[in-house]
Amino acid sequence: MSTDLTAGPQEEKKQGLQLMADDWSADKRVFRGVTWGKAMMWVFILGDAFIFACFILGYLAVRETTTEAWPNTAEVFTLHVGGKPIPLLLIIVMTFLLDSSSGTMALAINAAHRRERKKCAALLLATVLLGLTFVALQATEWTNLIREGLRPWHNDWGAPQFGSSFFLLTGFHGVHVTVGLLFMANIARKVARGDFDTGRRGFFTGRRGRYESVEIMGLYWHFVDLVWVFIFALFYLW
Amino acid sequence: MVDVRAGAGGFHPEDFEEEEVPHPRSWWTKYVFSQDAKVVALQYAGTAVFVGLIALVLSWLMRLQLAFPGAFAFIDADHYYQFITMHGMMMVVYVLTAIFLGGFGNYLIPLMIGARDMAFPFINMLSYWTYLLAVLVLLSGFFLPGGPTGAGWTLYPPQALLAGTPGSSYGIVVMFVSLVIFIAGFTMGGLNYVVTVLQLRAPGMTMMRLPMTVWGIFIATIMALLAFPGLLVASLMMLCDRLLGASFFMPAIVQDGAPLANAGGSPILYQHLFWFFGHPEVYIVALPAFGIVADLLSTHARKNLFGYRLMVWATIAIGVLSFMVWGHHMFISGMNPIFGFFFATSTLLIAIPTAIKVYNWIFTLWRGDIRLNPPMLYSLGFIVTFVVGGLTGLFLGNVVVDVPLNSTLFVVAHFHMVMGVAPILVIFGAISHWFPLMSGRMLHDGLAKLHFWITFLGTYFIFFTMHYLGVLGVPRRYYDLGQTAFIPPSVAALNIAITVAALIVGAAQFVLIYNFIRSWRHGEAAKPNPWGATTLEWQTPEMPPPHDNWGKQAPTVYRWAYDYSVPGADRDFIPQNQPEQGARA
Repeated sequence: MSTDLTAGPQEEKKQGLQLMADDWSADKRVFRGVTWGKAMMWVFILGDAFIFACFILGYLAVRETTTEAWPNTAEVFTLHVGGKPIPLLLIIVMTFLLDSSSGTMALAINAAHRRERKKCAALLLATVLLGLTFVALQATEWTNLIREGLRPWHNDWGAPQFGSSFFLLTGFHGVHVTVGLLFMANIARKVARGDFDTGRRGFFTGRRGRYESVEIMGLYWHFVDLVWVFIFALFYLW
Repeated sequence: MVDVRAGAGGFHPEDFEEEEVPHPRSWWTKYVFSQDAKVVALQYAGTAVFVGLIALVLSWLMRLQLAFPGAFAFIDADHYYQFITMHGMMMVVYVLTAIFLGGFGNYLIPLMIGARDMAFPFINMLSYWTYLLAVLVLLSGFFLPGGPTGAGWTLYPPQALLAGTPGSSYGIVVMFVSLVIFIAGFTMGGLNYVVTVLQLRAPGMTMMRLPMTVWGIFIATIMALLAFPGLLVASLMMLCDRLLGASFFMPAIVQDGAPLANAGGSPILYQHLFWFFGHPEVYIVALPAFGIVADLLSTHARKNLFGYRLMVWATIAIGVLSFMVWGHHMFISGMNPIFGFFFATSTLLIAIPTAIKVYNWIFTLWRGDIRLNPPMLYSLGFIVTFVVGGLTGLFLGNVVVDVPLNSTLFVVAHFHMVMGVAPILVIFGAISHWFPLMSGRMLHDGLAKLHFWITFLGTYFIFFTMHYLGVLGVPRRYYDLGQTAFIPPSVAALNIAITVAALIVGAAQFVLIYNFIRSWRHGEAAKPNPWGATTLEWQTPEMPPPHDNWGKQAPTVYRWAYDYSVPGADRDFIPQNQPEQGARA
């Protein structure tokens, strides 16, 4: 048997698992095209996904064990427009806004790839504004429900765990959105000022600024949006 | 005109200069707010040792009560439970996790993989200061009205939140807040360790050339990042229950004849969340110890590690399996017996990769040129202790054996052997092994051996005999055994003996501290690479290594970490960064 084991045609045939095995047995980097910051964000997202999974599973478990009936979410989250009840209206608007902000974020990343400073800054600003509107609407929703008597320990519609799960789940997600907005506003400011074109050093880290920050920010933002979809499906719709 | 195609492909590592090390500009940024992983490591380890000494004193106080019930007026039942709780939580989270990952992880990962520092030194520094904040918040419990929580280290609801449990007003809040801060701080460090191992390795350093120390810390860190979420969520829900009057974990309860406001919560949910963290936590502590001990045994037996690849895969297998076994802590919680069967099976499966590791350590010693210096002694002590702890784990992993032994001193003895004494012996071994690297001086040999023998024999006596007490049925967590009919009078005598041993072992730790401080200033100056080790951390241009570890030229790796006693080589070890040409005489 005289098979040529050197590279060449066989190199092209490699796919899937073989390529993965090659990456993991290489030196220096496992993820060859991935910068340190991006790798770090992916690992963080993995851990954060576990946190949200624990939250959602905890909520589902408590929903099963509680002794009282679960409130009808379609009724609780109803807005009255012109006297007509429209279930889940506010949540649908919020979801639409947050998902739209994922779209503008993706466009901002594209602009960052092309090093289009002004466009990138404008799109980031649009994302920040959409996100801010989301947080503002969430604050409105909390205020409305608290006025209607929703408390972590009691509500008029059914199991008290409904209130505590609601505040904890949406609150923890809201904190994620808010923290993301703070970072994103800072990045938008840096883009607008041209920090990433000149490689200006960061105040705390002393590292050179670069457009990659926009993409890493985007990873986080898309993740937060994705989590909202699960909260929407498993808490509001169910 | 922007070249769209060139830019639109995304960002690639080649486009950036990533390996920048921020050099300190003042005394403060060099020694206090340092971004150097080695300084962060010493800060982490120093703080952890400080917490460890507090936990040690707490264990003395508990032992005094058990041996001489009622003889010390200031140890009342409430205090006793507070000592138990704080001793457990401090040792497991704030000492062992912090020292292995924050301490040894920070010090060794960049050096052993040939990097100049962690991927994100600033976040790494922040990790330590957040950890310190968590420690301060935890310790503040001692000074609050009602003192720290006395709910037992597992902090089970509803009892942890009910009036009557010591510290249920402030202590329990402080405990959970501290845990949340700890998790945030650890996450910052943990992300760094994982990314550094994955992306910052030296040329030639493949994953399968990493020393086992790095593998152990790497897998343990991934596990921690995935397991701590369980504890974080449990902590936040408990805080909601305690502070907001929610009922995540609180069922309807009648206390002192009056029903409480809570209803409908699930205490079992807390146990699931807690042990989803709690069991991986055992291996978060154990895997770094496994890795370090493999390197110590190989270096000081002058022999290559037996079955390196199998060791790596066993480490990974333990990591994966440990996420599927948490239910074995809940056999008596009223869980469905079918789950009990599942968790017993998965628990016993872990014995396979663990046994592979134990055999490989022993085969590494087989016909080796064993040098009975302190690192080797501690490592041998670890194997002996760990085997006892591991075998009693097999008893407790079986439902029918666990049910009668549960909540007896047998359990206490088991987990102290397996995740208390065994990893701590490795910490001592690691300190004596890497002390020359950290300080440039040798630890005093005689004092280190004295410390080893007292610690090893003392702890072995304490916890081996404690198994016997457990089989007799002596319950754990009891403040006073009183006149219990089934407990023979000899138990009291054995309790006194254990307490005497505990006091001696505890006092012996000050021999190590004295040795450490004395040798740091006046120890014999160490030669470069004093143990003749192959791994990269000993090949630095200076010892202790400078801030960027390698000076001008970062190393290139040509071989695995275990080329000891290679036939035909001119020395009995070949460093990882030595090219093929120079290896043979």
